[in-house]
Amino acid sequence: MSAATFKGGIHPFEGKDLSKDLPTRVVLPKGDLVYPMSQHIGAPAKPVVAVGDRVLVGQRIGEANGFVSANICSSVSGKVKAIEKRLMVSGAMGEAVVIENDGEYTPVEGMGKERDYTKLTKEEIRQYVKDAGIVGMGGAGFPTHIKLTPKDENAIDYVLVNGAECEPYLTSDYRMMLEEPEKIVGGLKVILRLFDKAKGLICIEDNKPEAIEKLNSLVKGEERVEVKVLKTKYPQGAERQVIYAATGRSINSSMLPADAGCIVNNVDTVISIYMAVCKSTPLIRRIVTVTGEAVKTPQNFNVKTGTNYAELIEEAGGYISEPAKIVSGGPMMGMALFDINVPVTKTSSALLCLTKDGVAEQEPTACIRCGRCVEACPSKLVPQKMLEYAEKFDDEGFQRLYGMECYECGSCTYVCPARRRLTQAFKQTRRSILDSRRKK
Amino acid sequence: MSNLLNVSASPHVRSQVTTRTIMRDVAIALLPAAAFGVFNFGMKALITIVTCVAASVLSEYIYEKLLGKPITTSDYSAVVTGLLLAMNLPSSAPVWMSLIGSVFAIIVVKQLFGGLGQNFMNPALAARCFLLISFTGRMTDFAVDGMTGPTPLAALKAGESVDVAKMFLGTTQGTIGETSAVFLLIGAAYLFVRKVISFRIPCAYLAAFAVFALIFGGRGFDMNYLAAQLFGGGLMLGAFFMATDYVTSPITPMGQIVFGVVLGILTGIFRIFGGSAEGVSYAIIFSNLLVPLIEKVTIPTPFGIRKETGHAK
Ligand code: SF4
Ligand code: SF4
Repeated sequence: MSAATFKGGIHPFEGKDLSKDLPTRVVLPKGDLVYPMSQHIGAPAKPVVAVGDRVLVGQRIGEANGFVSANICSSVSGKVKAIEKRLMVSGAMGEAVVIENDGEYTPVEGMGKERDYTKLTKEEIRQYVKDAGIVGMGGAGFPTHIKLTPKDENAIDYVLVNGAECEPYLTSDYRMMLEEPEKIVGGLKVILRLFDKAKGLICIEDNKPEAIEKLNSLVKGEERVEVKVLKTKYPQGAERQVIYAATGRSINSSMLPADAGCIVNNVDTVISIYMAVCKSTPLIRRIVTVTGEAVKTPQNFNVKTGTNYAELIEEAGGYISEPAKIVSGGPMMGMALFDINVPVTKTSSALLCLTKDGVAEQEPTACIRCGRCVEACPSKLVPQKMLEYAEKFDDEGFQRLYGMECYECGSCTYVCPARRRLTQAFKQTRRSILDSRRKK
Repeated sequence: MSNLLNVSASPHVRSQVTTRTIMRDVAIALLPAAAFGVFNFGMKALITIVTCVAASVLSEYIYEKLLGKPITTSDYSAVVTGLLLAMNLPSSAPVWMSLIGSVFAIIVVKQLFGGLGQNFMNPALAARCFLLISFTGRMTDFAVDGMTGPTPLAALKAGESVDVAKMFLGTTQGTIGETSAVFLLIGAAYLFVRKVISFRIPCAYLAAFAVFALIFGGRGFDMNYLAAQLFGGGLMLGAFFMATDYVTSPITPMGQIVFGVVLGILTGIFRIFGGSAEGVSYAIIFSNLLVPLIEKVTIPTPFGIRKETGHAK
């Protein structure tokens, strides 16, 4: 049987060989730890500590503020040094709690305690996930406890673990599938306890045969869990694409996966759920791929949230050549940094140091109507025409072409031989449309 | 270490394929058939080819220079236009005709409409049609080794028998680049492998035309006739190299199939019911005009959207 997939998409240079074979290494922070209160979609958390307070590992320092929000816990023990605005990955300044690490890593009481999830009620499981401050770690940062509380839990047929990891260069999910597969299966089983009728699918792209083999051997005999092999293609790991490939169901921008009977979580999120529920450990670490042609030893690090990105570059041996561009996340959807002195958050997946900036080098030229963007678009849109409207600031026309179904995957820009900046224009147009909708 | 880097919106990587590499591939793909044209028709063909390419590139350069526009001659698109035009001319075409055709193609059809990507007719073909209308006699003066005679298609239309093997190889009469099906197919194969063109337009075109010819050709299920129709005239050159011109064909996958079918039917009508034996050029030019319409009705339904209601599934 051939691997499942979707229509459209692209095959960019993978770049995964750089970092995929070295084992993940734990990195201890050297400087102060910075915890932005906004590491998720929704309202920023509210600091619940004061300057001068002593905090312990796992202690809550920011509390969910409103329905869509998430808690934030300290990853070190030490003293609260400041609560102030700090530069974040997005380039904006945001409120953050700054903690001076005492280097002792004294945990809060009860942290690490074993729990048997089969003895917990569904409410307790959701509460533990919420307490741990877990958010979607695939990039979006949507609070996980909300995801795990759909309107009708009996309508959920599938719980998907998204291990596609389709972004080039990124290997953190891959390393976790090799190194901590038991936690992935464990976390999935915890989620399945919430949805009595659902089947668990671990979705992996076929360029990761070792991970597939490992997880396959682990789920042997598990009645409710199966490994689903997906074709290697970008953006196979996008939520809509992974659901379609694994279940044949399709959702659009105004639907949630739950509307198609699916719950989707990324690999690291599932591990965090396992740690929160079974090991009483909140989300205080992140696996980060530090990679790119400009760093000496590309590899994955197990990093405490709040650590400065600049420390990770040092850990990877520094630069071997001048980086032209540094990206937080993957090359397709990641964010370019103008200053790497920003903290690792729950949604940081990678620090990519490119020696070549393929974008700045090439100026857009005339569209030759080649249709490549149309064929690449996983949302089956017509980017070429959307751009015409976006450039005229015609929001109406843009929406008539279903421009709001675009999720900014970057495939169209990647393939465009005329180097037109399609995704970039769509980002702006979509933002302005969303803003004006909000104002209404 | 601050303010050190380029910041721009994602994506941060680009494919290796650019307008320039695509156009270069098209030019390369045309070379086998063009070289065969020189072999078949001699030095005069070579002179026509060189004249057309040089004149096309130069017209583009001068026009852009005079208007203070960015010079785009390095994108190879003018080379492709010149090459295609030459391949659509008879080897007997005098140099002045090559010049007029090239200038017309680049200045009138391409640049006056806004340059690359804006023209709605294929420049080389539009120039060919312009020359055909203006200088019919010279444009249909075909000669092999100094002997004039009918093209295989004209012979076929007159009810004479033709040698299909010769037509496949290309040692027949016609324009410089259209006679050799085999060398055109080699070039087309290269374009498929390089993913420059897809099967949609040429296959829909050839299939629709074949069906049309079988039904209306009046020869029943005569495979020899069908092969002669397919290999004859400008069909191979048109189907693989001119109908597939990005600028003047639909960008939607469904639209490309519709476009191919329309081309097949039109070519059939022109060839079988028309006054002349040939019809590919006019069929393509005419279909070019239909592209906006075809695109409009073949916009794909976005992922996760149900067409009838426009709402979620
Ligand atoms: S960025 Fe948007 S329009 Fe472009 S391919 Fe991705 S979904 Fe389609
Ligand atoms: S990929 Fe670029 S050149 Fe091709 S149709 Fe789309 S916008 Fe135009």
